[in-house]
Amino acid sequence: MKCRKCGRPAVINMRQHKLALCEEHFLEWVLEQTRRAIDRYHMFAPDDKVLVAVSGGKDSLSLWDVLLRLGYRAEGLYIKLGVEEGAYSDKSLGYVERFAAERGGVHFQVVDVKVTYGMSVLEVARARHRGHKACSVCGLIKRHIMNRVAYEGGYSCIATGHNLDDEVAVLMQNTLRWQVGYLARQSPVLPATHPRLARKVKPFVHLYERETAAYALVRGIDYIYDECPYAVGATTLFYKDLLNQLEERSPGAKLSFYLSFLRAREQGLTFTEQTRLELHDCPRCGQPTTAPGLCAFCRLWEN
Amino acid sequence: MVKLVYRQQEWEVKPGMTVRDAILKTGLKPYAVLPVRDGKLINEETILRDGDEIKLVAVVSGG
Ligand code: SF4
Ligand SMILES: [Zn+2]
Ligand SMILES: [Zn+2]
Repeated sequence: MKCRKCGRPAVINMRQHKLALCEEHFLEWVLEQTRRAIDRYHMFAPDDKVLVAVSGGKDSLSLWDVLLRLGYRAEGLYIKLGVEEGAYSDKSLGYVERFAAERGGVHFQVVDVKVTYGMSVLEVARARHRGHKACSVCGLIKRHIMNRVAYEGGYSCIATGHNLDDEVAVLMQNTLRWQVGYLARQSPVLPATHPRLARKVKPFVHLYERETAAYALVRGIDYIYDECPYAVGATTLFYKDLLNQLEERSPGAKLSFYLSFLRAREQGLTFTEQTRLELHDCPRCGQPTTAPGLCAFCRLWEN
Repeated sequence: MVKLVYRQQEWEVKPGMTVRDAILKTGLKPYAVLPVRDGKLINEETILRDGDEIKLVAVVSGG
């Protein structure tokens, strides 16, 4: 199988685009796809300061790499969560540090949840949700910290490494349960609805997970290969596999599912945003909350 | 023979078949792994040669 552009051996065949490419042209293609998504959804402008949420995984490190190569002012944020007694977090931070060092020390900051707030994610989850999965607490903490860092650092937005497979897996779950509120909000760009809530953008939404993984391999980006211990068996993985079976039978099924959803959403054909709840400012951190008093994040640390 | 390696598992297959056919023989799903030979990504129609060692990298991982 040959590269469509130059005839050298192809390293990847993207059946949904009927496109096989060599290393060099594949890297070029990923950059072009990302740049187009950024422009098409008006994610950010060339001189905006962008905060990239990096976990040490392939998607976020590839995204950071692509944004830097495209010439954006992309800086990293690593949140040291402390899941599984710290071992997983230490390991994933190592990949981020190596990535930054190899690129001449590109700027990134680390927020250590335990050091900053007194308890790791695992400890808060145990204290608050006795034996329950850490993910809901973890998501709440990550969102809060990202918003805070973006606000304090004057970043125009937070970029996350979500790829198309992540998005269609969520889309499918929300569709099966007909979660109209979630469906209305699922988008490549989440606008800032409050001065303390950052705009969120997903520049990889047009890329399949296979392609973000291939990009990391071809670029020689070393990333954390193990899943977070809590992600194992997560329903998202099951939906991803289902969607990939569909994709095997009918190449492009994932892409067209996602794009036709976005089109319907843009045209306002299917879902209307539910009336927005009245927001109050949390007296401690200043981020908005739906009920007066401390926000859900601040309540986590109350004894 | 050709060796296929995925995480802690290993298989041996005969040379002369495509990477995709070899992956199917292991029971793994071709869409779920990326084949790497000598540190380089290869496309799944590549014909395997005797002595090849193919590392199969999981598409879904980390983060
Ligand atoms: S899988 Fe759950 S606990 Fe692990 S990082 Fe993701 S949200 Fe946090
Ligand atoms: Zn080429
Ligand atoms: Zn608060």
